[in-house]
Amino acid sequence: MPRTEAVSPVVNVETEQRIEASVRLGARRPPPFTAPPTGEDPLPPSPDPRTGPPVSNARLGMVIFLAFEGMFFAGLIGAFLVFRFGSQPWPPVGQPRLPILVTWANTAILLFSSVTMRYALRTMRMGDRNGLTTGLSGTAMLGTIFLIVQGSEWFRLVRHGLTLSAGIYGATFYTLIGCHGLHVLGAVIWLLIVRVGSRDTRFSARRQVGVELCGMYWYFVVALWPILFALVYLS
Amino acid sequence: MSEAVATHAVHEELGLWRTYVFSTDHKMIAKQFLFLGLFMMILGGLMALMLRWQLAWPETQVPGTRWIPGPNMTDGYMNPAFYNTLFTMHATIMIFFVVMPILVGCFGNFLIPLMIGARDMAFPVLNMLSFWVGAVSGIVMLAGFFVPGGHAAGGWTSYAPLTAVTQYTGVNWGQNLWCMGLIILGISSLMGSINYITTIINMRAPGMTFFRLPLVIWSLFIVAVLLLLALPVLTSALAMLLLDRMAGTSFFLPEGGGEPLLWQHLFWFFGHPEVYILILPAMGIASDILSVFSRKPIFGYRAMAFSMIGIAFLSWIVWGHHMFQSGMSPTLGFSFMVTTMVIAVPSAIKTFNWLGTIWGGSIRFTTPMLNALAFVSMFVIGGLSGIFMASTPVDIFIHDTYFIVAHIHYVVFGGSVFGLFAAIYYWFPKMFGRMMNEPLGKIHFFATFIAYNCTFFPMHILGVGGMMRRIYNPLQYEFLKPLQQINIFITVSAVALGLAQIPFVINFFWSLFAGKKAERNPWKANTLEWVAPSPPPHGNFDAIPVVYRGPYEYSSPEVTEDYLPQNRQIVPQRAAAH
Repeated sequence: MPRTEAVSPVVNVETEQRIEASVRLGARRPPPFTAPPTGEDPLPPSPDPRTGPPVSNARLGMVIFLAFEGMFFAGLIGAFLVFRFGSQPWPPVGQPRLPILVTWANTAILLFSSVTMRYALRTMRMGDRNGLTTGLSGTAMLGTIFLIVQGSEWFRLVRHGLTLSAGIYGATFYTLIGCHGLHVLGAVIWLLIVRVGSRDTRFSARRQVGVELCGMYWYFVVALWPILFALVYLS
Repeated sequence: MSEAVATHAVHEELGLWRTYVFSTDHKMIAKQFLFLGLFMMILGGLMALMLRWQLAWPETQVPGTRWIPGPNMTDGYMNPAFYNTLFTMHATIMIFFVVMPILVGCFGNFLIPLMIGARDMAFPVLNMLSFWVGAVSGIVMLAGFFVPGGHAAGGWTSYAPLTAVTQYTGVNWGQNLWCMGLIILGISSLMGSINYITTIINMRAPGMTFFRLPLVIWSLFIVAVLLLLALPVLTSALAMLLLDRMAGTSFFLPEGGGEPLLWQHLFWFFGHPEVYILILPAMGIASDILSVFSRKPIFGYRAMAFSMIGIAFLSWIVWGHHMFQSGMSPTLGFSFMVTTMVIAVPSAIKTFNWLGTIWGGSIRFTTPMLNALAFVSMFVIGGLSGIFMASTPVDIFIHDTYFIVAHIHYVVFGGSVFGLFAAIYYWFPKMFGRMMNEPLGKIHFFATFIAYNCTFFPMHILGVGGMMRRIYNPLQYEFLKPLQQINIFITVSAVALGLAQIPFVINFFWSLFAGKKAERNPWKANTLEWVAPSPPPHGNFDAIPVVYRGPYEYSSPEVTEDYLPQNRQIVPQRAAAH
């Protein structure tokens, strides 16, 4: 058996606060810090096992996933740009114009949802469960409104003859905006799952990580929209 | 030690199902990828032999294929459409279901936690999913052979509009399944690269800094980043192709305002990094093995790591060299030519460093070492023929000829597959706890090496002679008739190459059950995987190792042995100070 000794670590104030907050939310208190087993000689510096590396596995994994998503949209945006700045007139003659005014309002709604998401994350870190639930509900609601407005506009566009197969204008529009819409839909579903979990009496540290990741994903989906809006609707 | 035994006992209770099928242990997942890859390799190899038969003796009965039903084969005679399917699927299977699962899936999974001193991957469940999603994609891909209309037949590059309209190739669901299979495989790779990158950044053992990582881990890290940033672009292109085929859009169809060249741009934006995804792990593997069996430190460790980063970066900005014939502006073609040729610089750095590593070493010609040496020499030939293609004027002449086929096989077979064999021979003792048979291994190596060169080298001559790349019957052309003897020679060599794999299969399975038991460190190597028992139990190490130095301290003056493991601590001798 390797010998283990209790060494009092340098207390990281921010870490301690986080631990306290999650304990207040019902998580079990993590075991006290013990140094890794040592021989006679000092070890090379190793991170405190409670705080771990500067960016946690879950967050880092999410960042990598978002990089993948970003490149996926980069491919679609690249294709869009080829057509947009190609030789044909844009939008092509005889195709309906996109609803810019409504979409401006819809953009504002989606951007505002990042504020409610931030509220949810802040209140969770402070240990306020009710604030968390309110924030998540608000965000999910705003996301749903965004989707409903988008969907009803799509119905109008289809009635005016802008379809997927009507030409390259419709194809790029529905593919690019539709992919974003699917991502928003996925994010709203994730929000709802996380919101149900936030009512659980034993709100564990695992659940808290889940909310953090959901928040990162939501920020990505929101941040992507203004780029698409500017390119597809305004350019 | 008692602790390790206890954890082992707990995992014994997981049962057959959780241990061998839905395992979350990175080593079992690695083995699953290995067996998937080896199975697919047999499949892909047999397809290649059928292609070769048709090229040497066109429109004769291919032996042993009478059971294949029409319309693919009629009584053993190959139909032209099926020839198209075969070369498409040979490439697809070899690239996506052999080299990637074995080099990236198997050795990435097996080596990363062991070599950085971690107990498992960062996300073990995601890791399990990565294999099973990959397996589903393999099933979807193979299902294409059984649908009406046959499997995809537009080449592995699936150039639009050939592939975007069903009538052009006559293939309907085959092409759809091909697209879906690759989209699903992209998800599997995404899960893999999330795991690899997170594990390498976050889970290194104490003392394991980035510049103490073995080069094979460096290569896998770079490959994971490449995969992450290249594959989604292919996914988006495949999604558009599927929409064109199934939803009536016209992204790649000129008659609907689409742009066929867009497919080529998107495909090669993925496709060129993909080439380096296939070769970089083999480079890392060769670096490790050359150093171990030369009993010398790697020459220029940092230069090796940075040159791999350089190659990976350059692979982003060279995709146009696949499209010199597409009518791109000469200025653009020139810039692609220059960036492509710049890749020769980091590649040459690597080659000279490999030579520097073995220079003056006390070389042990074990089977893994022979394969690693073959990797280096064949990579040089493949790299040099790449320079021919990089220069626009030459490329215009040899574009879509057998010269290209020779080049790709010198890089992917001579490079990746020799690297893959080297890795299997080298890490087999750690994976399965038994040594492979050396004499059989050497027979396999020499037979493969000779047959391989006889198969692929003459293809350069065929290519310069003007033989086209995807051609059903070369005898249809008067100017190719004098070259037919070369085609026959190649086919005979290819059959020999296929037969040369039999010693490997025998060796693999015989050693699996009856090989000599391996000790912890049979090759006297420095890296951390040799610290763990052979095979390592669930959780890998008795205790997490602590790393004191880089991975290549061979023949160090500090110790009497000629190797100095990364985790051995040397207590300074006070007496020596006098």
